[in-house]
Amino acid sequence: MLIVLPLIGTLLCFLLPRQVKALGLMTALAIAAGAVALLWQLLEQGAMRYPVGGWGAPLGIDLYVDGLSLLMLLITVTVGLAVSIYANAAFKPEKAVYFWPLWLLLWTALNALFLSADLFNLYVTLELLGLSAVALVALAGGSAALGAAMRYLLVSLLGSMLYLLGLALLYHSFASVDIAILAQRMESTPAVWAAMVLMTAGLLLKTALFPLHFWLPPAHANAPAAVSALLSALVVKASFYILLRLWLEVFPLSHAAPGQFLGLLGAAAILWGGVQALRQTRLKMLIAYSTVSQLGYLFIAFPLATTMAWKGAMYLLLSHALAKSAMFLAAGNLLLFGGHDRISHLDRVAQRLPLTLAAFALAGVSIMGLPPSAGFVGKWLLLDTALRSGEWGWAVVMILGSLLAAAYVFKVIGYAFTQAEVTHEASEVSPTMEWTAFALALAAIVLGLLTHWPLALMDIGAPLAISLPALDSGAAA
Amino acid sequence: MNNAYLYALTGIALFTLGLYALIIYSHLLRKILALNIMTGGVFLQLVALSTRARPLLDAVPHAMVITGIVVAVSATALALALMLRLRDASGSAELIEEPTE
Repeated sequence: MLIVLPLIGTLLCFLLPRQVKALGLMTALAIAAGAVALLWQLLEQGAMRYPVGGWGAPLGIDLYVDGLSLLMLLITVTVGLAVSIYANAAFKPEKAVYFWPLWLLLWTALNALFLSADLFNLYVTLELLGLSAVALVALAGGSAALGAAMRYLLVSLLGSMLYLLGLALLYHSFASVDIAILAQRMESTPAVWAAMVLMTAGLLLKTALFPLHFWLPPAHANAPAAVSALLSALVVKASFYILLRLWLEVFPLSHAAPGQFLGLLGAAAILWGGVQALRQTRLKMLIAYSTVSQLGYLFIAFPLATTMAWKGAMYLLLSHALAKSAMFLAAGNLLLFGGHDRISHLDRVAQRLPLTLAAFALAGVSIMGLPPSAGFVGKWLLLDTALRSGEWGWAVVMILGSLLAAAYVFKVIGYAFTQAEVTHEASEVSPTMEWTAFALALAAIVLGLLTHWPLALMDIGAPLAISLPALDSGAAA
Repeated sequence: MNNAYLYALTGIALFTLGLYALIIYSHLLRKILALNIMTGGVFLQLVALSTRARPLLDAVPHAMVITGIVVAVSATALALALMLRLRDASGSAELIEEPTE
């Protein structure tokens, strides 16, 4: 099973610190094989439910797989494998001893989260995710990283508490925390609204949507490169995934107001994140603010609320996971290469680290949303829906956001080609680290060419199908 | 019935109190304690409200609270360890300084 596997890996890594690198990689490969096997099963049988220990839904714990959770699992495997290989090259043995168990624990939490079918299970996995992510940030050492980790921990705990309070209210109303059962019993009472507001607020805090994003840039920028890649690509997406499940399945959007509100926050995030990214002088801070901006796009789907829009957001999520992890890994290479990540001092890295810069540029193409990339497909689906339903405002914001993205990506690339005033002693960067970053960036482009496949996967179990029928027929045409 | 509401309201009060302290105080230990008080409030809420969901005693929220306590203890342990490390790394400063970059 996908959850047990990384957990065993974690324990083994704790017990046998000497073989930690080999053990970690083996576990990663085993998880990948497990995920592919699950994909196979899913393609044949459709969405599946698995009662753990043979107990049924109301009492026991259920696991549930459909297209949405499988896509999240697959993207986790893709990014996870690449980062694992990168990390083995990047971390010195004494750091790897700590990195591997924590990362496998994080992976356990992610897999469990994507497979959970009840809200309390989601809380536990969310907490596990938060704790291991915090420990990973603190891995960098130094007061900046520790401070960022501390702030991240406080925010993450506060988010969980809000979520749990909401959960208490939901349980009080319906005497169940299973998503499917809740969906049947759901009705619009004040208690439910209060619960949804609390849970959404908690999850937004963890997803770092605009006014609640303050903790993200320091945490993501101060962590080691491999960890930043994981955090930006996967961890923030996990809480977004729960938000999707909540609003699509537990509490389908019957009212436009909360959707509009989330959309407005998303739009603010796109612009604010973009502007802040442009203002940064350090490369990793720039990339972290770019994450804030890109997360905003995901929330644009809430006011549009058609199947097309959800698919667009999911596609964007996948492409962002690939592109942003590639960017952070490339930034890690640059940091190692020059010993710093000040953008204005990138001294002719284009000639000296061509592969890394190519990875950064390719990832940038996807972040901007230029045609062949996966970012383009996601944005196109969102734009298309916005224009079809006559919501011009969202389209304008999305295009402005892309322009901002182009501006900050080119800012970096421009400095990479020119000679800096200060020349630096350059240190070696291992080819493995360059190639993994490049492979991820390439994957973001390739994903844009293979659009049919992931889109078909999203239909299994029809997790995204709930929407207004009138708009849906228009979007399908 | 009245008792349950009393407990639930106390839970909310504790939660709010903790939230207030979490935001107001800059000392990390106080923040961690505030989070613990919030946690206590939520647990009280869970148990108190569950008596209304079913006529008889409902064991599920109790199981949830026990799980929650385990989670909260480990979170507190991590937070305290981090706090000590932070104090060692950044001198005696136990406060979070605002990020400047």
